[in-house]
Amino acid sequence: MANVLVLAEQSRGRLRKPSLAPLTAGRELARRTGGALTALVMGHGAGSAAEELAAHGVTVQLADAPVLEHPLAEAHAAALAEVATASAATWIVAPATAYGKDVVPRAAVALGAAMATDVLALAGEGSEVLLRRPMWAGNVLAEVELATPVKAFTVRPTEFAAAAQAPGGSVVPVAVHVDPARVRARFVALHEVKSERPELGDARVVVAGGRGTKGDFGPITALADDLGAAVGASRAAVDAGWVPNDWQVGQTGKVVAPDLYVAAGISGAIQHVAGMKGSRVIVAINKDADAPVFQIADYGLVADLFQAVPELRSKIAGG
Amino acid sequence: MKILVTVKRVEDPESKIKVRPDGLGIVTDGVNYKLNPFDEIAVEEGLRLREQHGGEVIVAAIGGDPAITELRAALAMGADRAVLVRLAGGAPPDPLVASALLKAVVEEEKPDLVLLGKQAVDDDQNQTGQMLAGRLGWPQATFASKQESLESEAEQKRLPGVARAADGASVRVAREVDGGLEVLELPLPAVVTVDLRLNKPRFASLPGIMKAKKKPVREVAAASLDVPLAPGVVVRRLLEPPKRKGGVKVQDVAELWKKLHEEAKVL
Repeated sequence: MANVLVLAEQSRGRLRKPSLAPLTAGRELARRTGGALTALVMGHGAGSAAEELAAHGVTVQLADAPVLEHPLAEAHAAALAEVATASAATWIVAPATAYGKDVVPRAAVALGAAMATDVLALAGEGSEVLLRRPMWAGNVLAEVELATPVKAFTVRPTEFAAAAQAPGGSVVPVAVHVDPARVRARFVALHEVKSERPELGDARVVVAGGRGTKGDFGPITALADDLGAAVGASRAAVDAGWVPNDWQVGQTGKVVAPDLYVAAGISGAIQHVAGMKGSRVIVAINKDADAPVFQIADYGLVADLFQAVPELRSKIAGG
Repeated sequence: MKILVTVKRVEDPESKIKVRPDGLGIVTDGVNYKLNPFDEIAVEEGLRLREQHGGEVIVAAIGGDPAITELRAALAMGADRAVLVRLAGGAPPDPLVASALLKAVVEEEKPDLVLLGKQAVDDDQNQTGQMLAGRLGWPQATFASKQESLESEAEQKRLPGVARAADGASVRVAREVDGGLEVLELPLPAVVTVDLRLNKPRFASLPGIMKAKKKPVREVAAASLDVPLAPGVVVRRLLEPPKRKGGVKVQDVAELWKKLHEEAKVL
């Protein structure tokens, strides 16, 4: 029996939204392999996150213990491997977030499981499941087979629909036996970047700036705030120290797929495009008519962003 | 402080990568190779820790003769010596196999700290460090990062990058997570994987390059390490990604607004 275990992610008792993508992938997998699907939420005081997930029609195993309070890989990987074994899971599916990428490989090696990262789609036929994933910064797609008895993968949250709410779910507490003495890493602090804006990964609209801002993100953030959008940036802008690291959109930053992506003063390096080409509508505003970003933009405007962006704002304000 | 840094030879990210017509590999004609950029950052961090605390930086790679080129590149940056796990054959090993081979190297060298790039820019798997830490049973901190713009000493202490404690028994690591930076303290020995913004790697100097030629490269045969070499991740075929078609150029903001409002209906 090829059971499927979906690892969800929570933060302070709230389900993190990227968790709903692996649930969709896990359901498709269970349908194809004929296995039973359950989900796993780990933490301490994480019951409400488990309830949130169960409202999507899935049986949620809740591992709630002091040793799991912080998302330390040693503890969470050990607990994940333990629950996977107890659930006779041959597939582990998790979100390709910092948490998923930190924890799942460590659990996979404990289970002798081969793993695929950043999966975009399930391929292959019937129960012969291949996983489609990007390689070489998204310049190539690979279809890979995991040849070990237990298999694990993380999915890119933008590539699978978020599972919808559904009846029939429940929360089942599970005991895990992680010895606190064997968890050597110690959590010191989390320095959160606080923002009133939506998270990049979740936003319906993203307004992003690059080298063309010359360090002045004023027009970018103003347009974003008018639209209730998240703010993104190219690697050049982040490397220059103009904006925080976690604004970076691209292969080495965040991968986003909003309804509307506005790239202002961004040339459109492959690295950046890999992080936003899944957007429904892409707008490019750039002074350089030859900028590669125009090759992928639905609407391109050759203009100085310092004139065009405020003008666009007044159009929007005027309806 | 004895530091082991892993280095992988990868296709230069600036090279154009194209899928071979048979879909079983990439076109290698005209492709340049270099040290994985994330590993370069790991080497740099190892050198900085050695400069602060003394000790030794050992670089390790898996592969054939071409891998020696990248080991020499790391030696030219300033690493002290190198280990090559000699493995013949085409594609590099997957993370499950690579982590098993590296574990054997770690058990022989007994470093205090293992530094790896968070991922290699060929397979983009981002697993080997975590798997190595799991195999060794060592604590791990992935995605080590730093905000170079932090000027004051207090700020730097708060977000240390990778910093060794005064007693030499642990490291503090600031790591990039979704929504901020997390600081962990790891007792040594430990495994740390590094992210893009941890440091700016130095260029090898000409004397560095000359010296690197004489630095020792020890070889170990992968077959002698009692590690199963069968791949866990089997690439069945490679495809070109779907091309996104360019759309239209608009003349001015008024037209852009009209298109977004009436045609795309996103505003």
